[in-house]
Amino acid sequence: MSNHAYLSLENVGMEFNRGNQRSVVLQDVALKIDRGEFISIIGHSGCGKSTVLNIVAGLLRCTRGGVLLENREVDSPGPDRAVVFQNHSLLPWLTVYDNVRLAVDKVFGKTKSRAERDEWTLHNLSLVHMDHAVRKYPEEISGGMKQRVGIARALAMEPKVLLMDEPFGALDALTRAHLQDSLMEIHLKLGNTVIMITHDVDEAVLLSDRIVMMTNGPAATIGEVLEVPLKRPRRRLELTEDPTYTRCRGEVIRFLYERHRHAEAA
Amino acid sequence: MSAIAESRDTAPERPSAVAAALKAVPGHLRTAASNVLPPLVALAILVGIWQVLCMSPGASLPPPTKVVADTWELIVNPFFDNGGTDKGLFWHLAASLKRVAIGFSLSAVVGILLGVLIGQSSAAYRGLDPIFQVLRTVPPLAWLPISLAAFRHADPSAIFVIFITAVWPVILNTAVGIRQIPQDYRNVAKVLRLTGPEFFFKIMLPATVPYMFTGLRIGVGLSWLAIVAAEMLIGGVGIGFFIWDAWNSSLMSEIILALVYVGIVGFILDRLIGFAAARVSGPKVRA
Repeated sequence: MSNHAYLSLENVGMEFNRGNQRSVVLQDVALKIDRGEFISIIGHSGCGKSTVLNIVAGLLRCTRGGVLLENREVDSPGPDRAVVFQNHSLLPWLTVYDNVRLAVDKVFGKTKSRAERDEWTLHNLSLVHMDHAVRKYPEEISGGMKQRVGIARALAMEPKVLLMDEPFGALDALTRAHLQDSLMEIHLKLGNTVIMITHDVDEAVLLSDRIVMMTNGPAATIGEVLEVPLKRPRRRLELTEDPTYTRCRGEVIRFLYERHRHAEAA
Repeated sequence: MSAIAESRDTAPERPSAVAAALKAVPGHLRTAASNVLPPLVALAILVGIWQVLCMSPGASLPPPTKVVADTWELIVNPFFDNGGTDKGLFWHLAASLKRVAIGFSLSAVVGILLGVLIGQSSAAYRGLDPIFQVLRTVPPLAWLPISLAAFRHADPSAIFVIFITAVWPVILNTAVGIRQIPQDYRNVAKVLRLTGPEFFFKIMLPATVPYMFTGLRIGVGLSWLAIVAAEMLIGGVGIGFFIWDAWNSSLMSEIILALVYVGIVGFILDRLIGFAAARVSGPKVRA
């Protein structure tokens, strides 16, 4: 059944039983992801894309099928599948440094020396350009900066897969663009495997190798998977005129607004 | 609590006459004065009204001038000790504070532990919360006869009354704090695979500290309320007994002086807990 995919979702299904009412949230979600691939999952709100991400993270257990990471079943959360949460979820009583250091200490407490852990913490903060604010508390920095720290915390775990749940959804357009650029830069440098949930078409096309488009719930599933054959490094400005970019963007929009128009959004 | 917040909010809008007078004073002195002056003025007005109301010879309560004159011995000499219950006010207050300290410490420890239990386990919450909700409405003094029967000594009974009075707000606030830990923090803990003790010290405790201290602050206020009443009944050394003793001897001025002291001590206790809360939770507790 399984093959050599790095991460594979095998007919994942999710249903809830409330009394004698059964509601199917996800059905037959099957996807194979290669190492180093950047995947976006896009769909209307309520289509269960966050559920997919939480299942891969191990925060939820699917009721059918399963998730395999390097041919091992995922059944609980762990630092090999670090999550960047939508609202950053930094601990407000810890400084920027300590938030990342908590993760570093937990993951590398036994394998790295104290000095190495300190260096690794600072290294990851500088990767997201936050080395100027290591002693600040989350409430003293902007929303975009908090999300950068959230990304640094996830990266510092050296995860096999980086999971991002609408990481830039709460940010203004300019900040979002900055963070997207940073993310591309990091992805190019480190070659992480990334699954990102988004509802922003441009973000999906700009960042992804493949875009997974989900149908509307109930019983949501993967409608189409679109390859984005744009060369990296990608530059936002050059892409605005690029025919491939325009075509990909068009296809996603057609999927979302023509074939799977959200009933309530109409 | 709301009264404190209110007075702080309205403080900058002091009368313009005061503001004009303050302009002559430089910098930090001016801000200090603007904090201290309004309550002093208000106090002077209130004492003035009291003086006017109680000045007539037929008044049932003594005016402030008479209170000070009657109790001058007690004010200037709080440390005398003639044995028995004939002691200076300092010793009475110290005895009351000692009871509160023991009872309140017990309630803090037990309250936080029980609060963590019912905050973490929904089974414990469903089982215990209704019972706690009923028990917490029992007035402190209603516990006194039972505790006297159980302990057969005045002092442990008073301490038990303090404990049982202060423990409920600590339990309930701690539990609320724990139940309000955002799911995100729990998810972070899960992804990091924090162990039970790690989760307790690194996430649960810091996230709950503000709530715990709200409970502790309410608790300390209640225990100070309860101790005065309890001591009136159990006797011995203590500010409550002092008040009761003064009433039996019709020494109205001494009662009034004791009330002032009780108020000031209660205020200081409240501020101490508030100060400790600010120190422990640091400036960055808001999410």
